[in-house]
Amino acid sequence: MNATGSAVPPSPVLKLQGISKSFGALIANDAIDLELGAGEIVALLGENGAGKTTLMNILFGHYVADSGQVLLADGVGGWRELPRGSPQAGLAAGIGMVHQHFTLAENLTGLENIILGVEPWYSLRSNRGKAEARLAALMQRTGLAASLDIPVERLGVGERQRIEILKALYRDARILVLDEPTAVLTPQEAEGLFAAIRQLAAGGLGVLFISHKLSEVLALSDRLVVLRGGRKVADRPTAGADRLMIANLMVGRDVAPERPDKANPGEAVLELADVRAGAGRNAVADLSLTVRSGEIVGIAGVSGNGQQTLAAMVAGLEQPASGSFRLLGTSGDASPSALVARGVGRLAEDRHRDGMVGDMSMTENLVIERRHDQHFSRFGFQRRQAMRQATETAIADFDIRAPGPEAPLRLLSGGNIQKLLLARALTGEARLILANQPTRGLDVGATSEVHARLRRAAASGAGVLLISEDLDELFALSHRIAVMHAGHLTPAVDSAGLGISVVGLAMAGQAGPEFSGCSEPMREAAA
Amino acid sequence: MEAFDILLQSSFWAAAIRIATPFIFGVLGALICERAGVLNLGIEGIFVAGAVSGWLAVYLGVDLWTGVLAAAAVGACLGLLHGCFTVLLGLSQHVTGIGITLFATSAAYFGYRVAFPTVTSPPRIEAFKPLNLTFLEVAPIIGPALGQQTALTWLAFACVILTSFVLYRTPLGLAIRAVGDNPASVDAQGLSVAALRMGALAVGSALMAVGGAFLTMSAFNAFFFGMINGRGWVCIALTVFASWRPGKALLGALLFGAFDAYQVRLQTLAGGVVPSQIFLMMPFILSIIALILVARKADYPRALMKPFIKGER
Repeated sequence: MNATGSAVPPSPVLKLQGISKSFGALIANDAIDLELGAGEIVALLGENGAGKTTLMNILFGHYVADSGQVLLADGVGGWRELPRGSPQAGLAAGIGMVHQHFTLAENLTGLENIILGVEPWYSLRSNRGKAEARLAALMQRTGLAASLDIPVERLGVGERQRIEILKALYRDARILVLDEPTAVLTPQEAEGLFAAIRQLAAGGLGVLFISHKLSEVLALSDRLVVLRGGRKVADRPTAGADRLMIANLMVGRDVAPERPDKANPGEAVLELADVRAGAGRNAVADLSLTVRSGEIVGIAGVSGNGQQTLAAMVAGLEQPASGSFRLLGTSGDASPSALVARGVGRLAEDRHRDGMVGDMSMTENLVIERRHDQHFSRFGFQRRQAMRQATETAIADFDIRAPGPEAPLRLLSGGNIQKLLLARALTGEARLILANQPTRGLDVGATSEVHARLRRAAASGAGVLLISEDLDELFALSHRIAVMHAGHLTPAVDSAGLGISVVGLAMAGQAGPEFSGCSEPMREAAA
Repeated sequence: MEAFDILLQSSFWAAAIRIATPFIFGVLGALICERAGVLNLGIEGIFVAGAVSGWLAVYLGVDLWTGVLAAAAVGACLGLLHGCFTVLLGLSQHVTGIGITLFATSAAYFGYRVAFPTVTSPPRIEAFKPLNLTFLEVAPIIGPALGQQTALTWLAFACVILTSFVLYRTPLGLAIRAVGDNPASVDAQGLSVAALRMGALAVGSALMAVGGAFLTMSAFNAFFFGMINGRGWVCIALTVFASWRPGKALLGALLFGAFDAYQVRLQTLAGGVVPSQIFLMMPFILSIIALILVARKADYPRALMKPFIKGER
């Protein structure tokens, strides 16, 4: 998989030379050189804001570079420059891009999406038969299978992505750019995608793979290019690189491998006993779990196994149908506002949908849960001064990069949004923190900051319920881990004595003897 | 049963089709705009402008078909104006649309007053004549009803077929349907979102204007203030009823025309027992009911009313 196996360097098909682009005072790309060979898989890495997206937008003609040029091999040994700022020229020259957010019209079929824009707009009919035949051959050759004759809205993400790739290949792409292609895929789908990419590369396609998931980059790429702060900081073969080294290159400082701090459990802040709730696919039954102050309890599981219902209960959005549910020592009013007032801090799984109001300012988003506090309102009037001060404090404390406290929250990057939401969850006297997929979509730097914050919250006496699909994250943070599968939860056991493969098996529904026994804190193993 | 007998009269169906014609044009126009992702609430004003300009052009001496073209051109210009604000500048489609309606209505009235500063009743023109297609009369009831229509009604039918063909059979239609669902898909394939939307607005608004012109050049032979009377708004509702499909648009327009023709006849039947306003309300109430039944499951074009700014998410 790594490297093409031969010592001969692949013949280059694409060269970026000295690409620079600035937006106002911000230098997004600073004299970046990049080369891509036929049949080569190059990973482009970097944190959010490192300049990956800008570079790709320049390559694809969405932005015009301030200086530098994009050169394409003309097939006879020479090079020719790609006209600037023209997506059509890029497409015609064989650059295919699979965006992170798919660019498919969902009311159209896969076939229609693929032939969109290929035939001249004024032609009186479209030749679908010919397109179908060509695509059948293409799917046969590449192993990318997709239903082409039903509307895209009825397809899953994996299939949609294959259609995106087919769309690029249908236009005879020689260079395929994949932007965070696995962000939306299940691990199995990601494996399938990697197999397809390898096959395409073997067929001579140059692949540029943008990611910040280090394990994928190591598994898939031949060479890796790291951007940081708009500059290229590394360009080296993947063979011989390791995770920590890449992470350090991306962040620009040492990222220590993470381990949970020592737990210091106190009184229970969340107690569930034989709780039944939810319906259908989200139903949970016989849920028993205790989270104590000063500890982080991780819930592992493939999303859609009932975590949503557990999180909804702790967030006050759903009530248990039966069983005992005690939160911060009482089973009283569990409405969201009552919970927040009692000291529950929440990080929503889908922060854009459930955690924030994008068009409202950072300030408003920060105080929205505590808008009736004496501190922030008096006689029904907002106290803008106090609100603004709180935001400025949060910006400084949490190192949030933002245009200013009055900026609409949606303008911030994902990592900075999460930091603000974290600030909201942790301010006040948060005694129980629900962290549901807290680092989904965040880069290495933001992830380690979020982790540090959660650790610090636990160290200062809050209980943290961490729900995550990311096993690395669970093992980095959790003192105890429970696994959720098909609406059932295993007892939470000490993470120190637990192997990743054991948790992986339990996630697939085969909980081993490690997860048997009592549901109380497993201190025996550590003691 | 007299109320039922009405349905068997070809004069009733002739009226239903005549009433439906401007709605056919209007719904097709609205549908084309919305399929491309732009809500055109300028429709009411574009109807008025089309009604005035077509009729005025004929009054000033051009022939009828040139008058129709003049109305279409005025409509297209208003559509492009709407597009300048909503497509190119990304402003609110609601606000702009209402603005276009106010502007076009006032401008049309103003134009009318400038042309005829003193008259109390508008001058009449030689309007489109029924085609008297006697060979259609072999079909009972509906045959004579169709035979009595003017050329503009047949143009409306032709537009239904043409719109359907373009939307579902040509690469252009594919692009229009895509741009109203996810403009990024069109952009990524190297097509221009703005050009497609502007084009759809121009063509759609031209059809709306022809719908207005039908009233002054075929249904009547002069322009009166207030003659559009909410027809544009009905088209917006009928577009939802039609689920943005040309064939269903024809059906919806005919249904509405039939309700309207029916209530007029019921008024004479019920002669003074029931207040006439009740009957006047009927088509609207029925269309609201139909809309509730259909619109619950309506599959709106996903990008409807969402401006597309390149490079922004």
